[in-house]
Amino acid sequence: MAVAFARVLRGAGLRVPLGSVLTFVSALGRLQLGDRDQVYWAGRATLVRNPEDIPLYDRSFHVFWMAAGAGDLPEEEEPLHITLAVDDDGEEGDDSPGSSEASDDPQITLRFSAMEVLRNKDFANYTDAELRDAQELMTKLRFIGPPRRSFRQRRSKRGRRPDLQATLRSALRTGGEPITRHWRVSGERLRRLVLLVDVSGSMEPYARALLRFVHAAVSGRQKVEAFAIGTRLTRVTRELNSRDPDKALSQASTRVTDWSGGTRLGECLRLFNDQWGVRGMARGAIVVVLSDGWDRGDPAVLGAEMQRLQRVSYHMIWVNPLKVSPGYAPLARGMAAALPYVDHFVEGHSMAAMEELAQVIAMDAPRARANGRGGSR
Amino acid sequence: MPTTPADVSEALAAYGYIPDDGLSTSVFLSMVLQRPLLLEGEAGVGKTEVAKVLSRWTGGELIRLQCYEGIDVSQAVYDWDYSRQLLHLRAAEATGESLGLTTSALEQQLYHERFLLKRALLKAIDHRNELPPVLLIDEVDRADDEFEAYLLEVLSEYQVTVPELGRFAALKPPIVVLTSNRTRDVHDALKRRCLYHWVEHPDFEREVRIVRMRVPQVLERLARQVAGAVETLRSLNLYKPPGVAETIDWAQALAAMGVTELDEKTVASTLGTVLKYREDQERTRQHGLADLIKQATERGFQPH
Repeated sequence: MAVAFARVLRGAGLRVPLGSVLTFVSALGRLQLGDRDQVYWAGRATLVRNPEDIPLYDRSFHVFWMAAGAGDLPEEEEPLHITLAVDDDGEEGDDSPGSSEASDDPQITLRFSAMEVLRNKDFANYTDAELRDAQELMTKLRFIGPPRRSFRQRRSKRGRRPDLQATLRSALRTGGEPITRHWRVSGERLRRLVLLVDVSGSMEPYARALLRFVHAAVSGRQKVEAFAIGTRLTRVTRELNSRDPDKALSQASTRVTDWSGGTRLGECLRLFNDQWGVRGMARGAIVVVLSDGWDRGDPAVLGAEMQRLQRVSYHMIWVNPLKVSPGYAPLARGMAAALPYVDHFVEGHSMAAMEELAQVIAMDAPRARANGRGGSR
Repeated sequence: MPTTPADVSEALAAYGYIPDDGLSTSVFLSMVLQRPLLLEGEAGVGKTEVAKVLSRWTGGELIRLQCYEGIDVSQAVYDWDYSRQLLHLRAAEATGESLGLTTSALEQQLYHERFLLKRALLKAIDHRNELPPVLLIDEVDRADDEFEAYLLEVLSEYQVTVPELGRFAALKPPIVVLTSNRTRDVHDALKRRCLYHWVEHPDFEREVRIVRMRVPQVLERLARQVAGAVETLRSLNLYKPPGVAETIDWAQALAAMGVTELDEKTVASTLGTVLKYREDQERTRQHGLADLIKQATERGFQPH
């Protein structure tokens, strides 16, 4: 019975490892099976591990254990509408340009000059093959921000704090006389990089490019958290953490239900701040927002949320691919509301702009903020 | 040892914590299955309090490990008392004792249990009491991944290995409560090892009971108003909706001021105990304090 229920949960999309099922079974052994509530809570304690999964669990529980009275089920609002499958169309078909990569030296130089052209081309005009070439180029960029001092200490030849452990060890060798003294200094840790990527309408090709590049540039080297913003907030970190970027992106696109919808920037930022950012994820982190700043919501909300986010972050960067458009001034109301709280405002439309972004991220001391900097530990 | 979740409910209530059914079932299961309990939820919903009340109830010593970024084995499990070891070395030398000893014999003297500083995890494993202690691993989301991996090892075997001394294993495994504010996801492997419970804000009636229990000077009428007002505040889209901890603080403040009924003036002067952001206080004032009190009173005394 427990196994069958686990299968229902898996069918509903929950990840239920065997170990949890076994725990569930032993939990049931300790409870009264007749008591629905006890069974319900036993399942929640053993099979569910994220609050987001609770509604899914509730529905499955209803269906499975209360099949008789299933009439009063809360109506599912069918959340999965994938409007746009990202780059699946081109990727499979381009085996032919892909095969040229397995070539020898002379051709590589050729390709490199082609990349020089790519460097300044607008992402919106990229073909998928070009996007992939560019991504290769991007792997060489380092998106690593400045480190911060960590609590953890490491050994060092000289320093301020004595390393008694190492001193003692060497003292043993010299007959108990601490002749050589050892020291410790604070270690360093990389700051977290938080990406908030607008996936609506015109931003979509840039969003794709940025996510791809960040994936290539940081994979495995730095903590990165990624969120898609649009009409709703979607966390795509897990999808980006897999090694294969294409797979990661197609996974991400199944998560994001609103590629190319409208934008509610302020509302999404508020959700991000409430659920993740201000609680700790954005504290002392480098935050990069990619968006053109067109917000259908109230610009005052956006401004307030940007301020809140800036106060806890170490460095607030806004990437606006439209910044290069001739004669562009931040006319979008949302953009204007957000700008006072942005430490750096950069382009993001091409490889060259991405390189600039990499430099800004690596910058040691972001612009001094007027009223001190909160939260950067 | 409890035999049903209801036992747990009663016992916790008797020691000053009013759980809902979900929490008492989870606590019950974690005790009988001897599995750690991971509590997640908003700040101030009473996660840490669960461990404290468990300790009061079972009589086991409360051992608390506060996590932070960069916490490592020497701060969480054990460390050697190096300064005493050095002193011991010098003393052995001064008395001439060390002359007759080989280096390895000397080393054996130094890495003796009396120079071992036991930190929270080792203390909880190597307890010598009849009653297993309650180990609270607080805000585990603040520690880093490496530490989580280590924690997983300790929590699955309930044993700790000190290379110089050997293995410490728990005679009776401690009751383990982990809390997380969810600033980042705790690793899945660790979650799988634990029972999981998402702690919610209490519902209205439970919150009234909590206030009455924790602040007995506050009478029923005021308690209902306070709980009603807090419920309204939680619906205002604030940056930091008040948790139970704030409700209790507020009730205590009101009791200390000798207030028996909410009015605009007392709410205005005590708002800082419930709302800790200037923006939240402003938003509440915009909503209207008089309205807040009116809604709270209606909520508190509607027939149910």
